[in-house]
Amino acid sequence: MRELSLNILDITENSLKAKATLVEIDVTVVGNLLTIVIKDNGCGMSKEFLAKVTDPYTTTRTTRSVGLGIPLIKMEAEMSGGSFEIQSTVGVGTTVTTTFAVDHIDRPPLGDVGETIMTLLTELNDTRIVFTYYANGQSFCFDTLELQQQLEGIPLDTPEILQFVKQLINENMNTINGGMLL
Amino acid sequence: MKTIADIQAIRDKMKSQIVVRDKDTSDEIRVIVGMATCGISAGARPVFNTLMDEVANRQLKNVKVVRTGCLGMCTLEPIVEVLEPGKEKVTYCRVTPAKAKEIIDRHIVGGNICTQYLINNEE
Repeated sequence: MRELSLNILDITENSLKAKATLVEIDVTVVGNLLTIVIKDNGCGMSKEFLAKVTDPYTTTRTTRSVGLGIPLIKMEAEMSGGSFEIQSTVGVGTTVTTTFAVDHIDRPPLGDVGETIMTLLTELNDTRIVFTYYANGQSFCFDTLELQQQLEGIPLDTPEILQFVKQLINENMNTINGGMLL
Repeated sequence: MKTIADIQAIRDKMKSQIVVRDKDTSDEIRVIVGMATCGISAGARPVFNTLMDEVANRQLKNVKVVRTGCLGMCTLEPIVEVLEPGKEKVTYCRVTPAKAKEIIDRHIVGGNICTQYLINNEE
């Protein structure tokens, strides 16, 4: 993956497939540590499946027997001086936590997070997505529930609304970053 | 800096148009983008974003851009399917943002399939 935001999109797709009604995406930068946490309340995984979930030859997809989403983000974290952890309980949900050393030469850029969140909002049905960004002592939170309350019945995935969401997230993140490129 | 309350202006503008659209979805054209790991790593997200921008900017009220999972042909990603009511499904492969723009312009708006990007050309 060229950007970590693409991994966020990919892992969150798993949460949606697990029928989560709440997905919390946290991106936090403290000192030299970039942490990405994706937490859902979806169907969760059994201990047996969890044990082999980082194996590329483990997948739930039916089109072929290879699943690279989890192995890719794990590899990217580990090759950029970070860590990977996954916790899951059947009926409770799954949490994927990855860390990256900000200054590591092999760390992919964070990339276009606004575009990632926007992409996730189409045909979301009743799932709530909460994205929180924290860096330089400031934070920004985007919550689909809060947006829906403003929309008064207009669908979240109206193209004009999606364009707005992308700009909203990217502008706020850029302001927090103060010109620093992550 | 933008806040979530800024959506109100867009919302009010949309309101009148939404009512008209809700009346009839039988003419809805669905543009489907494969968005599993294979699609994402091949560049499906910027393709999706381009399609969405084009639909918004051209005010194409009967077009819906949606995501789907793996379509089973990972090496041909990004894959875009066009489903028009009463017509056979059209599948484009190795789509880029530039090709996506062309698909909207020539196929969705103009009604002419971009045959050079069809998956049928791949063996």
